[in-house]
Amino acid sequence: LSTVAAYFDLRNRRKRQRLVANAIGLAVFAIMVFPTYWMVNTAFKPGRDILTLTPKFFPSPWTLANFDEAVHRDYFWSNVKNSVIVVSVVVVASLVIGFLAALAIARFSFYGRRAFIAVIIGVQMIPSAALIIPLYILFARAGQVDHLSGVIIAYLTFVLPFTVWTLRGFVMGIPRELEEAAMVDGATRMGAFIRILVPLIAPGLVATSIFAFVQAWNEFIFAYVLLSSQEHQTLTVWLATFTTLRGTDWGPLMAAATLTSLPVVVFFALVQRRVAFGLTAGAVRG
Amino acid sequence: VSSAPRAAVPAAELSAPSARRRRRTRAESLRAVLPPYLLLLPTIAVLVGVLAWPMYWLGRISFERYGLRELIAHRGTWTGLDNYRHMLGSAEFWRIVGRTVVFTAVNVGLTMILATLIALLLVRMGSIMRLVLSVGLIWVWATPQIVSIAIWQWMVDFEFGVLNWTLTQLHLGDFIHHNWFDNPVEGFAVITAVVVWGAIPFVAITVYAALSQVPQELVEAAEIDGATPWKVFWRVTYPLLKPIFIILTSLSIIWDFQVLQQVWVMLEFRPSTEYFLIAVYSFVESFRVSQYGLGAAIAVVMVFLMLIVSFFYVREMVRVSEID
Repeated sequence: LSTVAAYFDLRNRRKRQRLVANAIGLAVFAIMVFPTYWMVNTAFKPGRDILTLTPKFFPSPWTLANFDEAVHRDYFWSNVKNSVIVVSVVVVASLVIGFLAALAIARFSFYGRRAFIAVIIGVQMIPSAALIIPLYILFARAGQVDHLSGVIIAYLTFVLPFTVWTLRGFVMGIPRELEEAAMVDGATRMGAFIRILVPLIAPGLVATSIFAFVQAWNEFIFAYVLLSSQEHQTLTVWLATFTTLRGTDWGPLMAAATLTSLPVVVFFALVQRRVAFGLTAGAVRG
Repeated sequence: VSSAPRAAVPAAELSAPSARRRRRTRAESLRAVLPPYLLLLPTIAVLVGVLAWPMYWLGRISFERYGLRELIAHRGTWTGLDNYRHMLGSAEFWRIVGRTVVFTAVNVGLTMILATLIALLLVRMGSIMRLVLSVGLIWVWATPQIVSIAIWQWMVDFEFGVLNWTLTQLHLGDFIHHNWFDNPVEGFAVITAVVVWGAIPFVAITVYAALSQVPQELVEAAEIDGATPWKVFWRVTYPLLKPIFIILTSLSIIWDFQVLQQVWVMLEFRPSTEYFLIAVYSFVESFRVSQYGLGAAIAVVMVFLMLIVSFFYVREMVRVSEID
């Protein structure tokens, strides 16, 4: 009987716990989201409502003037274009090259496999502050400073290992038996990969490429050092140098920040569930 | 190619079958062994080109005088250990290393503790509130670092920032026209806020995912036996989650030890020496002062310190990935 009582006591305690947890959770939500809310709020406020001694917590009246000013600022569109070029080339190259390596470490057992995995994980930890020095000097020697090609190469340093590791997880998620069945039916190993694995892994390829896109899109230091002229810069550099151009114009800056994060937030929301655990894949099993 | 004529092997050849078989197996095993290496080849080639080669150069430059003149001439002057001697002999360097260690400890500690608390909260919440909080966390997670720096700059703006107004309203002191970057301790508090705020979602969601894998029977049994939540966490949950905590803690150390752009951009590309962390120091020596050799030496020290932490991370990752 005492166990039953304890059980009901526990259930009551759980219910009370949940109410408290919900209340605290709401507070945590408010605190965590506030900065991003403040960005959007400021972006939609007219200038006279931004520079007030008592802040206005809602954008009423609201306006698109800040966005209008942001996108008409010098180099916005050319820098968006640069970002898109750099990111697409990096993502496509990493995906093609990385998929092959992912296949190797997920489907074959071979001498040096563990070492290769350790390298792939380890190189993602090299500080970009360390890497940028030799990259800059080597690109200066090769005359590649202020060229998008230099930035593309620099971005491969972190996007490619990430892609290999994430795709490996997706390949391993697809039962090997499917390919083996195809091979029993007379397909070659390559044929089995192309006919069976590639279609099944398509969602994983999409998710990985979006996550790689996000990483490359957000990068700042490499682009900041390697691209010296304004028309060659990427969007993050454009945003970071927004302030220093002519004092701080908070309204357009927050509008620009909103625009910069918009594609990332949208894409991220789409794939977060699938890829989020790439860095810790497998460890969650406890 | 080779299997069909086997039946027609002349009797004379039967005397040396083993050599023949060995040759065939070698060819076959080559065909079996080669594919993974062929698949790896492009990745290895790229990684050697974009990572190994530059890292070799980083080491090489750290032994050279490499300034503007050398940058134009495309070659440095070998100076042996001069850069290292200069670096290790300066009090400035050791101050910066100490500051970086403290900064890392504070940031990692705050990130891990707050994120774990949020994860524990997520487990206990109702499903609707949990969804709301998760969406909020993912929104923060997705915010690019450069964007979050701009947001925080605006929030702590000395004139019209919302933070100064809020703190004044809460009667925590007079924060009107308070400049947060006058005092480096306060400035680092803001930088810590940016770093921790940005890092919490990934850690919290990962820990939450791990927590939801913990068998509920274990937790309930402990609770019915009268264990306090504190004890349940340390005796039941934590041991099961230890690998994930090792991984997340070492990742956080690696990320926070090399903080650069938060300082650099937050302080508008000209941080004073009181704001130097090791990565900022290396960056300034290289790209502001054009002492690439010295900057490289600092970076080499940074990489070696990171290697120690990375070792634990990589080992744990390889171990957990072997389970699959």
